[in-house]
Amino acid sequence: MKILVPVKRVPDPYAKVTVLPDGSGLDTAALKFEINPFDEIAVEEAVRISEQREAEVVVVSIGKAECEEQLRKALAIGAHRGILVETDAALDSLGVAKILKKVYERESPDFVLMGKQAIDDDANQAGQMLAAMLGIPQMTFAAKVELLDGGARVTRETDAGQETLEAPLPCVITTDLRLNEPRYVALPGIIKARSKPIETISLNDLGVEAECRVRVMKLRPPAPRQAGRRVQSVDELVEALREKGVLGS
Amino acid sequence: MTRALAVSLNVGDAEPLAAFCQALGVPYVLLAAGGDSPADLGAEKVLRLDGDIPPADALAALIAQKADEFDLIVGVAHMAGKDVMPRIAGLLDRPMVGDIVEVLSAAERRFLRPIVAGNAFAEVEVSEGAFVASVRATAFKSAARAGDSPTETESAPSQGATKRVSVSEAEGGRPDLAQARSVVSGGRPLKDAETFEQLIGGLADVLGGAAGATRAAVDSGIAPNDLQVGQTGKIVAPELYVAAGVSGSTQHVAGMKDSKVIVAINTDPDAPIFDIADFGLVMDLYDAIPQLIERMRG
Ligand SMILES: Cc1cc2nc3c(=O)[nH]c(=O)nc-3n(C[C@H](O)[C@H](O)[C@H](O)COP(=O)(O)OP(=O)(O)OC[C@H]3O[C@@H](n4cnc5c(N)ncnc54)[C@H](O)[C@@H]3O)c2cc1C
Ligand SMILES: Nc1ncnc2c1ncn2[C@@H]1O[C@H](COP(=O)(O)O)[C@@H](O)[C@H]1O
Repeated sequence: MKILVPVKRVPDPYAKVTVLPDGSGLDTAALKFEINPFDEIAVEEAVRISEQREAEVVVVSIGKAECEEQLRKALAIGAHRGILVETDAALDSLGVAKILKKVYERESPDFVLMGKQAIDDDANQAGQMLAAMLGIPQMTFAAKVELLDGGARVTRETDAGQETLEAPLPCVITTDLRLNEPRYVALPGIIKARSKPIETISLNDLGVEAECRVRVMKLRPPAPRQAGRRVQSVDELVEALREKGVLGS
Repeated sequence: MTRALAVSLNVGDAEPLAAFCQALGVPYVLLAAGGDSPADLGAEKVLRLDGDIPPADALAALIAQKADEFDLIVGVAHMAGKDVMPRIAGLLDRPMVGDIVEVLSAAERRFLRPIVAGNAFAEVEVSEGAFVASVRATAFKSAARAGDSPTETESAPSQGATKRVSVSEAEGGRPDLAQARSVVSGGRPLKDAETFEQLIGGLADVLGGAAGATRAAVDSGIAPNDLQVGQTGKIVAPELYVAAGVSGSTQHVAGMKDSKVIVAINTDPDAPIFDIADFGLVMDLYDAIPQLIERMRG
């Protein structure tokens, strides 16, 4: 069995990210970069599957050369091999999905496991688009994944609670935060990952062009929300809320 | 843009979709696939799908078949919309602008959307041609009433390759989190599910509102998943948001910052939640909430 796991390089989710004064981008100078947390969960899940049964976990990242760091991290978690699709072109989620489609066709995995959302663009689109373009089922926002004979069962989060879906393989499964807690990677894992193979390829090699039809023109900082005042007691709070007219009566 | 297909997947979707189409000045057809389908929001036509709505593959295929007449297909950016709208975009090879909070220019096809957990807003432009969009319901709250749209029905498609084998929905009783006029959210210090229900649920009930939770509360099993508010949970903007035992992480704040009045109850006077709260009460929630419930009852 082969599992394809896309991983994106994103700013540290716990860092305070700000907009450059001229609005041309995010101020990334002082930021650490990590694997997108949802993708790290996908890597963890794929590696756990490979520990239960014969399976190869192939991780792929699209972007500049420094994405190799995130591929190495994924290899340290336990993925077997990496592919770096090197490009500095701007891409929207549809553009990412088109590149992933080519990688999919080259690798013919049994299924794709990936994050539901990149925490920088917060799009939540690429997995669904990839599944659509491949004409295969999707099971998004997975909180639990079970492999069946020739298929998969996913318990997923919905607006009103949960539901369980089943689909035949191949399919695309996207991860939610509750799927698992990625392991802490100790030094031996990191050292071992150094000797695992990473292949660097270009868009040309894949026969695909960079596409970005949703262009970011400018960034703005969020409108500041002013801190109000401290109240000293529950009575004072209730009084203040009544004055604001938000208590209904 | 000349004509839009607005896809209503949950109750409460029709109004923000109408408000968005009105803001763009584009006529629209409302397709109700599980969502509501009022006839007084100026739609050219309301088309209702009767029967069980199938998982995303079959539903997206049906909508994509209808796409020729529409150069914009729009839904609401909740879980159901996030599941199905990008699949439609992928099937049709149309670009997608998600989580729109403002139409900056209909002529230039320029929209505003939050990124990096609301730490920035991106002005994006979508290229010529048809596209797909999703909107934040909290940003398009009210639409003008107009007309009496003719309603047609058609049967919902059957399931495709993906089968729904079971559904478990929290029992109702409280208003829907996304629609409620007030929301009371609890975080990690709520000990267990029973305490959460008693304090957070109890205050929500006396306020006639909904209960919400942080990821920390959901992860430790104190609150059900569908109550999570934030970057990766629900986006809410009620009249009143009470955050009790919530530190105010960027990811949580991304889901509630546009609430009209925010109240924070926290024992730590330096908790970041106080930076965005209209009223901050430095107090143990185990003292404050029972008192609040008492006062509201009285
Ligand atoms: C990719 C990603 C996505 C995420 N998405 C979300 C999301 O959608 N929503 C979300 O909520 N989080 C999300 N998180 C998690 C987020 O970063 C925080 O960890 C989480 O919001 C913290 O929850 P909390 O405020 O309940 O807990 P804590 O941060 O532990 O805060 C608890 C607070 O309670 C106070 N307190 C303790 N005891 C009492 C008491 N007796 N009375 C009053 N106050 C008390 C403490 O002072 C503290 O401020 C995400 C994280 C990542 C990495
Ligand atoms: N540059 C990239 N390289 C590899 N995977 C990506 C890239 N961009 C997005 N993805 C994948 O697509 C998912 C959804 O991304 P998005 O649609 O941007 O929110 C992410 O969680 C990743 O798994």
